[in-house]
Amino acid sequence: MDKHVIEAYERGWMLFSLAMILIFLVFIGYTLSGYAFYVPDAARRIDPTTVRTGGFPKPHVEEVAPGKYQAYVIGQAFAWLPGEMHFKVGDEVTFFVTSPDVQHGFYIHGTNINVQVIPGEVAKVKTTFKRPGEYLVICNEYCGIGHQNMIGKIVVEE
Amino acid sequence: MATLTRKDAYADFPVKKVSLYFVVLGLISLSIGTLFGPFQALNYANLNLYPWLQKLLPFIKSYYQGLTLHGVLNAIVFTQLFAQGALLYLQSKEMKMLPLMGVAWAAWWLDLVGLVLAAIPLLTNDATVLYTFYPPLKGHPLFYIGAALIIVSSLVSVFLSVELWYRWKKQNPGKPTPLVSYMSVATWMMWGVAAIGLVVEAVVLLIPWSLGLLKGVDPLLSRTLFWWTGHPIVYFWLLPAYVVWYGLLPQRAGGKLISDPLARLVFLAFLIFSSPVGFHHQFADPGIDPFWKLVHTVLTMMVAVPSLITAFSIAASLEIGARARGGRGVLGWITKLPWDDPIVLASTLGAIAFIAGGAGGIVNASFTLDYVVHNTTWIPGHFHLPVATAVTLTHFGLAAVLIPHLTGKPLVSPGLFRAGIVLWFTGMMTMAIGMHTMGLLGVPRRAWISNIAPNLEGIYGHTALWMVLNGIAGTILLIAATLILYVLFATLLQKKRLSPEELPELEFAEAISGPEGRRSVKVMDRLFFWWAMALVIVLIVYMPTLIRIWSTFVSAPGYRLW
Ligand code: HEM
Ligand SMILES: [Cu+2]
Ligand SMILES: [Cu+2]
Repeated sequence: MDKHVIEAYERGWMLFSLAMILIFLVFIGYTLSGYAFYVPDAARRIDPTTVRTGGFPKPHVEEVAPGKYQAYVIGQAFAWLPGEMHFKVGDEVTFFVTSPDVQHGFYIHGTNINVQVIPGEVAKVKTTFKRPGEYLVICNEYCGIGHQNMIGKIVVEE
Repeated sequence: MATLTRKDAYADFPVKKVSLYFVVLGLISLSIGTLFGPFQALNYANLNLYPWLQKLLPFIKSYYQGLTLHGVLNAIVFTQLFAQGALLYLQSKEMKMLPLMGVAWAAWWLDLVGLVLAAIPLLTNDATVLYTFYPPLKGHPLFYIGAALIIVSSLVSVFLSVELWYRWKKQNPGKPTPLVSYMSVATWMMWGVAAIGLVVEAVVLLIPWSLGLLKGVDPLLSRTLFWWTGHPIVYFWLLPAYVVWYGLLPQRAGGKLISDPLARLVFLAFLIFSSPVGFHHQFADPGIDPFWKLVHTVLTMMVAVPSLITAFSIAASLEIGARARGGRGVLGWITKLPWDDPIVLASTLGAIAFIAGGAGGIVNASFTLDYVVHNTTWIPGHFHLPVATAVTLTHFGLAAVLIPHLTGKPLVSPGLFRAGIVLWFTGMMTMAIGMHTMGLLGVPRRAWISNIAPNLEGIYGHTALWMVLNGIAGTILLIAATLILYVLFATLLQKKRLSPEELPELEFAEAISGPEGRRSVKVMDRLFFWWAMALVIVLIVYMPTLIRIWSTFVSAPGYRLW
């Protein structure tokens, strides 16, 4: 094949590559600006040794306004506290999650809530449950020998 | 006289021996690490073979211990040792000069000592912290010390490559660096910048902490330092394979590389943009500003460009080779490639897997999309395509040529070897389908799901169909690994030697557009300048975050939970 033909293809391919990457970046920007409330935020830093002794609220769910909830969740080896939470369809829930021991992963099956739970950080993330049903809360960061059993539950009723 | 000649088998070019030692130590590590792979695949087929494995290897206490060995020995040790051996040899051969031989041997010994020290707690189940060793999980000090020695050895290799290049430049004023050497030096310089994060994490935080000198470590700080190195390490795995694809593959396929300056540009881009991208592994982390996550996203997307260019160059070089051998048609030329050549077969299959891997990688790097797949089986499903297929197959192909070339021993059963390569590719592609899909269906990675508590049994039942694929893949890969490793070790251990005339040569590819007289090549050849630029950029994108975290240092005590 002629050298100049190859070079023309080559330039075309490079332009295509760059254009493709730019388009992807535009999409990412678009989703970030509109939908990405599930991108975890840091509420604050915390001394992990105080999580169970008053540095962090006792694990619970509270209604802060009609249909708006705050859930304080602790991930520890090898369970979520509270192990089970109940909401209604359409509830907007802000989760505050932390760990007193090692890292865990707060992953609500079937949603985009997927947060690294890091000792020393209080993660803050928000979602609205749109479908009724049982959602598993699966630990998806290795945390020790019982990691595969670290599974909680969220029940969303009509 | 006979003993004398045997002793001096490497006398013509002593770097052959040290390179061989690196490669062989790498293969030994891979053999042990890969042993656990099929068992992990079967775990994701809901088959728990660990009670049985324990009867065979009583020191293996859990799935997670095997997984730690798998990650450390394969991804950290094997890949690094192959880079150290293959790049050292190819660069020395091309420059027709010896590296500092004493220093090269020192690097090998550092690897060996580091490997043995780290292996002790790994085998006794005292460092089951996985290959990411996220604190506050706390392993035995020997694990961190051994791992640190292995990294130090890689930094010695940075020095070796740069020193050799510098000496060559002094002796050849005004000449452009030959291509393969350019790629080798750029790779090592890239790693020099990339490794800083891990070195700081190990030396300042983990080693003192594991020895009891520090009360606690900051988990987020450690994660951030880890991923400073943890993404570019992927390119440190990949670039030695690219060196084979650019530097050897076109020639072995009977053709030429299309453009020498373009190959340099690709490696230069990797040198500059490989490191400032680590936050794309931390999209799910609280405590890192979304602004900086976005900056890393943009840079990550940019590093996809040199890989896209590579896909083009390799495909074009292969096509030129096949047409020169009489290939016809839009795709018909493919049948005319010399598929019996180990490098052609293994690299081409590897490159095909790499295309699929690259597409998945763009998903992972897409900030807002990552939450769908983060820490699900999608992730290991993804990275077995670039690292365990593209890189590993290329290294297998290279080993099948390099070992005979270095030792003068002929490859044992080339047919079995080729069967092994094709099976490995098939198994990995099958596993990729299973693991990617299960990830989308919500199955977590790094989970001993085949040993789940009785009250939870069946929670992943909706993925049963895909589990079957993992079961098939694990079985195929067990056979593939056995065939390939059998051939390579049987080649090494045999007594038979080729006569000097039969010795397989290793030739570098020629380029259609060469480097001569190009101004761009001169500019790209100022590697010290580009190296400094790479360092500056990585400092800019990391320092604000690192300083902020460090100034509010959280002291987390360690745990042993396995
Ligand atoms: C026989 C071939 C192989 C098979 C069947 C296999 C299978 C697997 C599976 C199923 C996992 C996921 C385990 C989990 O998340 O719980 C895994 C993890 C992994 N594999 Fe492989 N693998 C093989 C070879 C390789 C090779 C050659 C490399 C690298 C050169 C490699 C690198 C890794 C790494 C880095 C991990 C992640 C470990 C972790 O999450 O801590 N594997 N492998
Ligand atoms: Cu866990
Ligand atoms: Cu990455």
